[in-house]
Formats: sequence, C-alpha cells, structure tokens
Amino acid sequence: MSRIARRFATLRQQGRGALIPYVEACDPDYDTSLAILRGMPAAGADLIEVGVPFSDPSADGPTIQKAALRGLKGGSTMKRVLEMVAAFREGDDGTPIILMGYTNPITAYGPERFCVDAKAAGVDGLIVVDMPPEEADLLAGPAATAGLDIIRLVAPTTPDDRLPVVFNGASGFVYYVSITGVTGTRTASTDELAHALPRLRRATDLPIAIGFGIRTPELAANAVSVADAAVVASALLNTLEATLDADGKATARTVPAVLEQLRGLANAVHAVSKPVSE
Amino acid sequence: MTCSTIWQGLVFCRHPVQNRLTGGQGRLHDDTIEPRTYSCGVAKLSATDTQAGANSLRSGPDGRGRFGIFGGRFVAETLMPLLLELDGAYRAAQADPEFRRELDYYLKDYVGRPSPLWFARRMTEELGGAKIYMKREELNHTGSHKLNNVMGQILLARRMGRTRIVAETGAGQHGVATATVCALFGMKCAIYMGATDVERQKPNVFRMRLLGAEVVPVTAGAGTLKDAMNEAMRDWVTNVHDTYFLVGTVAGPHPYPQMVRDFQSIIGVETKEQIVAAEGRLPDTIVAAIGGGSNAMGIFHPFLDDPEVRLIGVEAAGCGLDSGRTAASIERGKPGVLHGNRTYLLQDADGQITEAHSISAGLDYPGVGPEHSWLSDIGRAEYVGATDQEALDAFQLCTRTEGIIPALESAHAIAYATKIAPDMGKDQIIVVNISGRGDKDIFTVAEHLGVKL
Repeated sequence: MSRIARRFATLRQQGRGALIPYVEACDPDYDTSLAILRGMPAAGADLIEVGVPFSDPSADGPTIQKAALRGLKGGSTMKRVLEMVAAFREGDDGTPIILMGYTNPITAYGPERFCVDAKAAGVDGLIVVDMPPEEADLLAGPAATAGLDIIRLVAPTTPDDRLPVVFNGASGFVYYVSITGVTGTRTASTDELAHALPRLRRATDLPIAIGFGIRTPELAANAVSVADAAVVASALLNTLEATLDADGKATARTVPAVLEQLRGLANAVHAVSKPVSE
Repeated sequence: MTCSTIWQGLVFCRHPVQNRLTGGQGRLHDDTIEPRTYSCGVAKLSATDTQAGANSLRSGPDGRGRFGIFGGRFVAETLMPLLLELDGAYRAAQADPEFRRELDYYLKDYVGRPSPLWFARRMTEELGGAKIYMKREELNHTGSHKLNNVMGQILLARRMGRTRIVAETGAGQHGVATATVCALFGMKCAIYMGATDVERQKPNVFRMRLLGAEVVPVTAGAGTLKDAMNEAMRDWVTNVHDTYFLVGTVAGPHPYPQMVRDFQSIIGVETKEQIVAAEGRLPDTIVAAIGGGSNAMGIFHPFLDDPEVRLIGVEAAGCGLDSGRTAASIERGKPGVLHGNRTYLLQDADGQITEAHSISAGLDYPGVGPEHSWLSDIGRAEYVGATDQEALDAFQLCTRTEGIIPALESAHAIAYATKIAPDMGKDQIIVVNISGRGDKDIFTVAEHLGVKL
C-alpha cells in the first residue's frame, strides 16, 4: 500500500478529513521552504503538496505565479526539489509528499529518470497540471514502474461521460478543481460542492480532495465535510509573501507565520467528524 | 465563385486570381477534369481530408493532434472538454457547405481576397538572380494575413454560441484582426498583450481600443507574447461558459494548430494557382517568416507534397543565433511542452522557458507551431535565421525598390530571399510571403535608424 493510501486509510479509521497544504520549493530560498516543509506535519498537515516552480504556470493565479518566480530566483531546479524532499524524508517517513507542477520540467529531466529519482527521494505522487489523461502515457509507464501515484484533476467542466476517462489510471486520490478558473481566485459555493461531489463519488472509490479558492479555516472545514481532503495553497503563499522583506528575502517571521496559519486551518479541518470506516 | 479540383490532386480556388496577373489569359488546364465545387476559404480543408493520401505530408495531425512527436493537448483538465467540443464543432463546420459559403463570402468581400502575387521586378534586378515574387498578404483588410484565420474562427465561435472572445497578441496584428471581427459581429473582446509590446506597438493598441476591444497589458515575465498567451489561457479557463479563445498562430493545443493552418492555407492555395498562371510552373523556393509560424504554414502546406519546391522558414535570429538574444526556437531550442503543445522551445537545461528576443514583436516568441517542428525534423522544410539588422536592411530594400513597406516580421523573409536570390539562376523563382504591412513598425525602424519622429 502506498504512503498516500495508508494515510487516507488511517484518516478514515479515525473519522477525519485531511488537510493538504502547499509549499513552493525554494520560495524564497531553499532553507526557508525546507523549514516550512519540515514544520508542516506538526502543524497539522496530513499530506503535503510541494510545488515545482515553472516559468510559465498558465493554470495558476497571481499568487502561485509569484511564488514560482521567487522559487526560480531562489535556485529551484528539479534536482534541488528532489533534494528538498529527500531532506524532509530523513525526519518523516509517514507524511505523503505530492509534487505539483507542469510537464516541461519533467520532460527536460527525462520522464523515466525523473520517476526513479523522485521515488528514491521519497515522493509519493505527482500532479501534473497540464497533462490530461490524453497525454498521460508520457508518464504513466515510468510512474507505475517506480511506484508513484498519478493524481488526476477533475474540473466542473468535466462531463459525466468523461469521468471514466479521467479516472482510468488515476491512483492515490482525486483532485477536484472546484471552480473554473486559476488558483487562488474564486471560491466554490457550498451548493456547487454539494452538487459536484456525488457525481464524482459515483465514478470513483478514490479519496477526493478539493482545491482552488480555499482560503479560510471555515472554507477548509466546509470542503472536508463533503470531500476527503482540502488543499490550501494561495492563502499560505500570501501569508509567506507578506512576511518577506523589501528585497523579497525571508525574515524571522516567515516560517512561524505560515505554520501558525496552517495550524488554524488544520484545527478547523480536524474538528469535522466524518463517518468512521475501515 | 466556383472552385475546381484540378492538377496534382490539389483543390484550387477559381475566382479571378489569375486575371490580376495575366489579364484573364492565365487559364489552368482544368477543362479536362470534372469540376467540384468548394468554397475558397476552406478549399484546403477538403484537400486535406479527402485527397491527402497515405503518403501525403498534408494528412496530419493524427487523431491525438500530433505531427510526429509534436503537438498534442497539454492543458489543464478544465480546458480539455472545451478542446474536445471545439474539435467536434470544427469538424462539423468543415463538413457544412453553409459554413464554407459564409466564410467564402467574408473572405472575398470583407478581407479582400484573393491577394495578388506580385512580381518584384526592381528587387529582382537589383539582386541579379532568381525572380522574386511577393504574395501580398499585407493587402488584406487590417494589413496582414491574420484576418484569414480570425475570420474562420469567429464564424466558428458564433456557431458554437460563444459571445465573448479572448486573444493574445504580440505585434498587435492578431489583436487588431480579432478586435476587427468582434466589431463586425458585435462581440465582446479582450486582447492580452505584453506590457513591453503595448509600449512598442502603440498604434495597434490604439486601433484595438477604437475597435471596442479591451486591451489588457500583461506585466508578467518580459511582458511579451509568451506572457500574453499565459494570461489569455487564464482568462479562458476562468470564463469557459461564454468565452472563445481565438488563437492567432499555428500553436497551442490541438485542434488550434490544424485549424489555424487550414484557415491560413488559402495563402498557399492561391499562390499555387497564381504562380502557375504567371510562370506555368511551381516556384523553386518559398520563403516565409516564422514566429509561431501561421503565415509560413499557410503558404507551405499546399506545397508539402511537391518535393521540387524548397520551403524555407525564417526565424528571428535577433542579435544573432548564438548571441543568447534570439527567437530562433527551431534552430536553438529543444523539444518541450508549453502552451498546450509539444514543440521546439527556447529553454534552459531545467526546462524553464527562456525569453525570446527579436526586433519584431510578432516573432518574439520562444516556441513555434508543432507542424513546423515536425517538418524540420523530417527535413521537408528548412529553418534558418535572419537577424534584427538583416531584417532592417531588407525592410528598407523592399520599401525602396518595390514601394512596399513590409512588416518587420515579413522583412525577415525578405532578408533571407535577398541572401539566396543572387546565387540562383535568372530562370529560377522565389516566392516571398509578405505577411503584413510595415506601417505599424515605422516608429521602431525610425528609432534604429536614429530618426526622431
């Protein structure tokens, strides 16, 4: 059983939903992002998404765009991202790590070598934003061989008859992009989520995480009350950005501020009780 | 207006194209072949679908939208259902004679097609070699080849019930063309343009605003075409319910590279007919500038199965191919994935896209259409570079000898033609695609010539 499957199984037994925070690699520098990553499990993270900076994040809103640029300026390369995950793994063998990013840095690295090295570093799953099922063969073989989960995105625009296409080859969990739009902008209404989730549940047994536009503890709690996990990215990155000095460098407040916000989100998420199942 | 299927399996438009050149004398040898009726605007579509044989180079892309390893649909899931819908709508439009008739009407009476093929006598004499012909796409309404594609896509968007258009633009030519048809059909229009380009293409920005478009300057990155493309995609993904993304070049996710090529192929279809009317044979060489590559793809495509015709795409070498300040994606890039397709990209070893540089805002893009990447790999077309300086020189030469002020984009093609023409025989023929007119560029050119306007 993969680390991701194990984690969701444990959460189900405990009757809890999951909080999945996001940290951009090397934002604004390697050490700061590693310190945030290392602090996340104790602050309540159940799984963690590590953003792989890309120069042209065309599906992301301004917050993640800026974080990606800071990450690149902070020296991020794919090699460095994997080093960061390996460093995290030295002290944490239980928290699943999912890399989130775009296709080109993976193809530049070489898909086979990437999957092998990512697994060796301690990565558990991959979310490749611009790789829909139609293009997934690029990574499917190497990821399966290495034992990495491919987490598929589903959108409000995905029609019912397409769901089997999207879920074919999906593993780990399913990421529901709850709005039509870019990250960190609009928030889906309770009604929209209540409508969306049953149609996904009918098509997959995988855990479902909701992302895009979850900014507050209330919204995160609302998300896990209908789904299995809530992803929070832009809200944490906004907090990080606000702590940087005039030159964009980390300050003493950077790591504590992000982790403190994370604790607030985690408390709200973990206060939601869910049906206990085996 | 009638069109006929004739000669080497190509579908030609048969309206008074040849008459402009030959005073009505230039008839093609079509009398022996049973005429089939096609509308000009989509003549190529029919050629591709029904006549490109198994060994044809014109039959791409495959079912996955790929040309060899290039192309595809690398987009977020939110957009995937829209691309599938677009693909279906485009196929339905291709098969609908009414769509063809409608497009044909607008191409003739609004765009002003066909565009002439001009024998550049003085430039030919000055260079002292091959005969140079110019395909006059700059004479289209709005001053470039861009309207060919935009007209096709806006009619498709209307069929699909969309009411709002978003587009990216570099030099502003695609933006102006898009704003123009939005005015024509009373549709809402948002044009994303890099802030750097907004600055260097002020006349086009003003034109777009006059036409009723909202011009959104994009400050991300270097503020050029790549960044405008990102932002247009973000707008589209946010406003999927009513918005059509009107891509201006033969790049982006499938079916855009195919669709834009098909709409632009009218250039090559006309050229083929016109050069045969004028010279009785095909040209030896066709030269066209490449940014994303739509004008080049449009003129190349009908000639892909004519191996005797050398096809040359001229990329913007900027300050020089090895200067590090270039836009020559095929010559200096590597295959990668950006903006929905796999193609040659300017990128670093870690797969981060690098900034392109060219004096011409329309060529200032770190990628290129996937079909060009494929044509380069299989060796059917050649890709070369012309520098900023060479383009400036060609801009002046063309203006001085032909009385035609070309766009700086097109000046790159002219620059390469001036390099090869002197070494070719006087009985040989080069066709240069003059993709746009240069009025928009006079400020840039003046600055480089040290003239204050």
